Amino acid sequence: MNWDWIRSNIPAIVDATIDHLILTLIAVGVGFLISFAFALVIYRDRRAFGPLAGFAGIVYTIPSLALLAFLVPFTGLSVLTAEIALVGYTLLILTRSIVGGFDAVPPDISEAANGMGYAWRGRLLRVDLPLAMPLIIAGLRVATVTTVGLVMVTAVIGEGGLGQLMLRGFNFRNTTAVYVGAIVTVALAIILDMAILAAGRLATPWTRQR
Amino acid sequence: MELINEVVAWFADPSNWTGTSGILNRTLEHVVLSLASVVAAILIAVPAGLFIGHTGRGAFITVTVANLGRSIPSYALLIIFVTWFGIGFAAAFPALVVLALPPILTNTYVGLREVDRDMVEAGRAMGMRETELLRGVEVPIALPVIVTGVRVAAVQVVATATLAALVGGGGLGRFIVDGFALRQQDMLVAGAILVALLALLTERSLTFLEGRVVSPGLRPTVPVETEILNLPKPVAFGP
Repeated sequence: MNWDWIRSNIPAIVDATIDHLILTLIAVGVGFLISFAFALVIYRDRRAFGPLAGFAGIVYTIPSLALLAFLVPFTGLSVLTAEIALVGYTLLILTRSIVGGFDAVPPDISEAANGMGYAWRGRLLRVDLPLAMPLIIAGLRVATVTTVGLVMVTAVIGEGGLGQLMLRGFNFRNTTAVYVGAIVTVALAIILDMAILAAGRLATPWTRQR
Repeated sequence: MELINEVVAWFADPSNWTGTSGILNRTLEHVVLSLASVVAAILIAVPAGLFIGHTGRGAFITVTVANLGRSIPSYALLIIFVTWFGIGFAAAFPALVVLALPPILTNTYVGLREVDRDMVEAGRAMGMRETELLRGVEVPIALPVIVTGVRVAAVQVVATATLAALVGGGGLGRFIVDGFALRQQDMLVAGAILVALLALLTERSLTFLEGRVVSPGLRPTVPVETEILNLPKPVAFGP
């Protein structure tokens, strides 16, 4: 570890971390919106699950480097390319967890909500969604930690936040940069994981033990 | 459209198939590295998972390994190993083994723990020894879950073996990394196709295997008519 290098490169490290954070948040945010739309379609018509989960599953299986390579001829070496790939990887995790959350609502409660005269939209927002929250939060945590790791690979198209720092460190035989990139990335993943966990606790006050 | 023609032409060129940097050799490098890593991980993680799952001792190890495995990015792990051990198999192999361990260990442990305790006790009451219980009861029932762990690990290993090219390694990732570096889109897309095919093939074949290793005693033996009559289902663990 070369502490002098770290001291004189703090601005660069901070910039890389902020880039990394922004790339992650956009990917998980957009991925969540698309997955939620998928889950709504499945909520209304179960038959949609096969095709939608199948599509998300194939995207998820394609290695990140290959997915980026497929996109570059169309969208170039850009943030858009990175985000399309990153969003793609969140779809399987998030769609499954949101649908799983809806499925975990006890049928008795859905029946009771129907009996009280809820239309599907009201039932979704005021009954099913709150009860699905714990599984949705669990999915968001997995998706976020995964995305923090995947952002690094986008270093190959000139993005990558801390992945860029690591790759440059490797190319210039700068071991310190390699370690700093790895350690800050893992720290970022753990902090975001904890933050979502805490936000989830706030969003589901009824699950707390008195 | 022009790109498709270029990619087809790239695949049609015989000089892209042979030699050290040809498709055949790169595929071989990729498959050998991935296979060796997954096999080594199986040899370590399955016995460990069986021991922990059977005895219930050291369960915290599986939780720790699973959590670590989830938060350490494969890209970072690979680059650190290459920094330590230099370019090539000697660095990529241990990195990939480390990556493949958590899913296999976790699934072996969980698969074994999910075996109905009554069945294990029944086996014990019939005088089966501990190793017989493992071989005759627990492993056959847990096998599909263990294979799922191997599938998750294998798909991740194939993907990460691609990244090895970023830090000077061989394998199919070479075409993608060189395609980027030389701005050669035909090679770039051709490499992406090869990598994606290998990953999908790995996933499909292990999913298929998962269905095949379900113990015959666990397959539903209930006649269709009984299901239609909606009678309470008899327990489906046949002889």
